[in-house]
Amino acid sequence: MTDQPMVRFDNVSKRYGALTVLDGLSLDIARGEKVSIIGPSGSGKTTVLRMLMTLETINDGVIWVEGEPLTHMDKGGKLVPANLGHIRRVRAKIGMVFQSFNLFPHMSAMANCIEAPMTVLGMKRADAEARAAELLDMVGLSQKKAHYPSQLSGGQQQRVAIARALAMRPKIMLFDEVTSALDPELVGEVLQVIRQIGREHDLTMLMVTHQMGFAKEFSDRVCFFYQGKICEQGPPSELFGAPKNERTRQFLRAVLEAG
Amino acid sequence: MGIRTLVGMLVAALAVIGLLATQTSYSLFLPGLLQGALLTIEIAVLGSVLAVVMGVLAALARLYGAAPLRWLATVYVEIFRGTSALVQLFWLFFVLPQFGLLMDAFTVAVLALGLNVGAYGSEVVRGAILAVAPGQWEASIALNMSRAQMLRRIILPQAFVAMIPPWGNLFIELLKSTALVSLITLTDLAFKAQQMNQSTLKTVPIFTLVLLIYLVMSLAITIGMRFLEQRASAGLSRGRAA
Repeated sequence: MTDQPMVRFDNVSKRYGALTVLDGLSLDIARGEKVSIIGPSGSGKTTVLRMLMTLETINDGVIWVEGEPLTHMDKGGKLVPANLGHIRRVRAKIGMVFQSFNLFPHMSAMANCIEAPMTVLGMKRADAEARAAELLDMVGLSQKKAHYPSQLSGGQQQRVAIARALAMRPKIMLFDEVTSALDPELVGEVLQVIRQIGREHDLTMLMVTHQMGFAKEFSDRVCFFYQGKICEQGPPSELFGAPKNERTRQFLRAVLEAG
Repeated sequence: MGIRTLVGMLVAALAVIGLLATQTSYSLFLPGLLQGALLTIEIAVLGSVLAVVMGVLAALARLYGAAPLRWLATVYVEIFRGTSALVQLFWLFFVLPQFGLLMDAFTVAVLALGLNVGAYGSEVVRGAILAVAPGQWEASIALNMSRAQMLRRIILPQAFVAMIPPWGNLFIELLKSTALVSLITLTDLAFKAQQMNQSTLKTVPIFTLVLLIYLVMSLAITIGMRFLEQRASAGLSRGRAA
C-alpha cells in the first residue's frame, strides 16, 4: 500500500470547439475508494470516465494512474503526449461498464468474457474459460454462458458486461450510468452485483449514476458536478444530508421530487 | 425475394435449357457456348477474388493507413471507379506493352475487372465498417485491444454481414462486365455467341441460350450470397425475438 492516489486528475480540461465540457478538473481518488459522480446532464460527469478510459482525448492537464501518467509519458524529464503503446500499458489497469452494455453481439456470454483475456493478455483458453465461468457465476449467470446477448435481458447483459470487464483484472472499474438503460425492475440485480464486487474486490470504483440511494449507501465519496466543475464533494452523509452549496441543494431537490 | 423463389428460378432456367437442348437447332450451339461460358466463369471467379482482396485492402488503407498509404488507396479507388472498365482493359492490354509490360489477355481481363470492381467494393467495405456501432469500438478499447485485434475480432465480423448484399450486386456486375473481354481477343460467352451468329445467322436459338446461361450464372451468385447472408446473420441475431 502506498499513499499515492490510484487516479489523479491534474488540472484537466476538455473542450469541444468553443464548448468547455470540463474546466480544470483536479481530483484524487485513493486506492480502493468508491466514488460516485452525480450532477445534471451536460455537467461533464460522463466525460470524466471517458477521459480516464482514453475514449476521449484531453486538451489540458495530465491524468495519472498509480503515480504514472496515462495521457502523457516521460521523455527526457518532460511530459509529452503518450503514444498508443504507453497508453495501452497504463490503461490495462482500467475497466469500464457502459450504459448501453456494448456486448459483442456475435459472441456468446462466455466468448465475450474470454475474448480479451485471450487476445490481449494471451491467456490459454482453458484458463480464460475457468476465470470467466467463475465471474459469470458470481454475477449469477452460470446458466447463461452459451447465450448470445440478444437472448439475454438488459440486466443480464449488463451483468455479463461487468464480468467481461472484471475478467481483465482491472484495478480501477468505471461504471457509466450502468442502470440508466434498464427497465426499473432490472436495476436491482445490477446494483446488487456492483455492491458485491465492491465487497469482494479491492477495487477502486468510479461511477456516474442517477441512483441517489445507491450512491448514498455505496460510496465513500460523492462528487457533484455542475457546468464542468466539481461544485461540491464529500462523504455521502454530508453531501446528501447537509449540502452546503445552493446548486447541490437544487439538484438534489429536483432529483428527489422526480422520483 | 425468398431463397426458395430464387432456387425455383434457377431450376426453371436449367430445365428450359435442358428442354431446348432436345432440339438439334439448339443443341448444335450448346457445346460452343458452354466453352465460352467456362472462360466467362473463370474470369468472373478470379476477378471477384481479386476484387474482394483489393476492396478490403483499399478500405482499410483509407480508414486506418498512414498518410502515403491512404493517399495511394484513394488514387486507386478514384482512378478505377472514375474511368470505364473498357478503357482499363485497353490500357492494360494495349498501352502498357508500349512501356515494356506485356501480359497475356486472360491475366489482363482478371486484373482489369478485379481492380475495377475492387474500387467500388472498397466503398462497400468502408461503409460497412463505419456502420458498426461506436459502442463496439469503445468496448474494445476498454478491454485494451489493439487496433488490429478490434478490427479482426470485433468490427469486421459484424461489418461482414452488412457487406454481403452489396458485394452480391458487384459480383453480378463483374460477371456481366466479362462481355468486354472479347475486345482484347478472348472468346467468352458473349463473343462466342456473336461469332456463331455471324456464321450461322441463327439469332433466336443462340441468343436465347446465351440469355439463359447468363441468368443461371447470376442466379447462382445471388443464391450463394443469400446463403452466406443467412449464415452470417444467424450468429448476430440468434434467438432475437421479433
